[in-house]
Amino acid sequence: MERLHRNKISTEKIFILFALLLLAGAMLFGLLGALQYLIPGLLKSRLSFERVRPLHVSSVVFWIIMATMGTAISFLQEHTGKKLYSAQLLGIQLWIFILTIICILTSYCLGIFGGREYWEFPPLLSIPVVIGWILFLINFIKSAGSLKNQPVYVWMWLTGIVFFLFTYIESNLWVLPYFRNNVVNDMTIQWKSYGSMVGSWNMLIYGSSIFLMDKISNNKTYSHSSIAFALYFTGLFNLMFNWGHHIYTLPTQPYVKNISYLVSMTELVILGRIIYNWKHSVSAAKKLFHETAYRFLLAADLWIFLTLLLAIAMSVPAINVYTHGTHITVAHTMGATIGINSFLLLAMAFDILNEGCRSLEPYKKMLNRGILTANISLLIFWLSLIAAGIIKARWQMSGLQLPFSVMMQALRPWFIIFFLSGIALTTGFLLIIYPLVKNQLVCHLKWTIKRRKSSIRTKAALAME
Amino acid sequence: MILDKRKLAMAAGLVLAFLFYSFHLYTSLPAGHKSATAMADRGKLLWQDYNCNACYQIYGLGGYLGPDLTNAYSRRGPEYIKAFLKNGTDIMPNFHLADDDISELEAYLRDVDASGKADPRTFTINRDGTIAQE
Ligand code: HEM
Repeated sequence: MERLHRNKISTEKIFILFALLLLAGAMLFGLLGALQYLIPGLLKSRLSFERVRPLHVSSVVFWIIMATMGTAISFLQEHTGKKLYSAQLLGIQLWIFILTIICILTSYCLGIFGGREYWEFPPLLSIPVVIGWILFLINFIKSAGSLKNQPVYVWMWLTGIVFFLFTYIESNLWVLPYFRNNVVNDMTIQWKSYGSMVGSWNMLIYGSSIFLMDKISNNKTYSHSSIAFALYFTGLFNLMFNWGHHIYTLPTQPYVKNISYLVSMTELVILGRIIYNWKHSVSAAKKLFHETAYRFLLAADLWIFLTLLLAIAMSVPAINVYTHGTHITVAHTMGATIGINSFLLLAMAFDILNEGCRSLEPYKKMLNRGILTANISLLIFWLSLIAAGIIKARWQMSGLQLPFSVMMQALRPWFIIFFLSGIALTTGFLLIIYPLVKNQLVCHLKWTIKRRKSSIRTKAALAME
Repeated sequence: MILDKRKLAMAAGLVLAFLFYSFHLYTSLPAGHKSATAMADRGKLLWQDYNCNACYQIYGLGGYLGPDLTNAYSRRGPEYIKAFLKNGTDIMPNFHLADDDISELEAYLRDVDASGKADPRTFTINRDGTIAQE
């Protein structure tokens, strides 16, 4: 019975599998968007850029959110050693999210928008998102128990869940005319919420990756240590107050910008720690390199370093004034969501989905090839966006400004590299996603057949009696 | 090891500071109560309905296929904007907007234009790394 049960896809795994499908879809929409940069007017009447961009970005955002929920719930149960408070609540949460995401993507295809950056769907669809998230919060609190003697990752999960709820609701305040009626007020609150929201999903993801690192290295000292909590509080401080760098050029309150500028410099502590820990990471890499999940974590480490360097530079207003409004911002956003968030989530997905009726061992070569391809192509992808951004920054600052279309023409060679490396990146990711999804589906199929056979046998036995 | 009590106190302190900062901002919004006209507000909602921000930026934020439109109104003038909205371009679809819609979108862009300058060339860079606009 135990063995039979291992084949069944659990609710947590469905969160992750659905997330992986969203990731695959996101990359295909991303490629289409990049092609629209190269072939102006492509699919203009059916699927123009204002539909493709949200299809890409929302698929990416929901890949992160679904995978984050699935991994946190899964690891929480491993941490407590107990079942979740309510499996039923989790099931409801899953279906609320799946149905809402399908409605959101369909609304984009039909050209129905709410039109806010990153959350471009009609605001009514935010209601189920909030309800689903509240169910997540209830289940988490009831399952985790008190905060007494808890490792840092439990604090991080709780922080991430609470702050995501707060900032998501905050990002919808625009529906009230009081907040919407002035563009400067509206954008201040909008980017306040987005900055902290990204911080809150990072809390959840980093929390899970600390759990995973403890598990792989079989050592729990770090997650209870003072340094872990010191870094957690630094992260929390940044989550709360370091969002103003998005709006340095907006004529909003100067203190918003100054607070952000000052707070962002505390990130240097995190950067310093990465450099200080380098030797330790290298020796751990030697020991654990055979672990596929660890390879993802290692790749994410490198991307955390690169992204943080860029982020700290962009937090200085004098530099931000050049990079803002250029593809350097896109390089930063995609570098963080692909290089950090996606690699960390794939490490966790691998760890969770590896437990099933079939081993992932036969796919090791394919997975390693995928990891290598994704990393090399991501570096080229990232650099091409930075190069395009530098040209645009120079154009923005030049006294004699050429027309926008002429500047875009000058970016074309970099967009070609962006598109080609995007194909390689997508291929790398698909090489990773394919075995993860296939293995689970085969296991589930086996489980369904076995269950059917055993129920036929029971019925036959009953009939014989 | 940091004691649980100390951790809770630190977290509570930070949360209180965050709530104070948030509600302070909500109640003393940066631009005060200078509201857009009803027409500009309808224009803003239309801007969102057509998801214009996916291609254009306002104050440098948005998609990057098209240019920043914060000060397009004063730089290009209303007639130029109307022509764009009426016909679309090689890249931008023609949304077949009604004349009223076009006027509302134009009112929105006028309102955005009046709110400030987004051109990075208008900023001066200070020695401490901050920036300022006259
Ligand atoms: C794991 C894979 C990916 C993730 C997580 C991701 C994430 C993102 C995010 C967050 C944005 C919004 C950027 C911003 O507003 O600053 C974005 C925009 C974009 N992405 Fe991706 N992306 C991925 C893969 C790709 C691929 C493979 C391509 C194709 C080459 C691509 C093409 C684009 C394009 C064209 C935009 C719009 C840029 C604009 O605003 O003009 N993405 N992506």
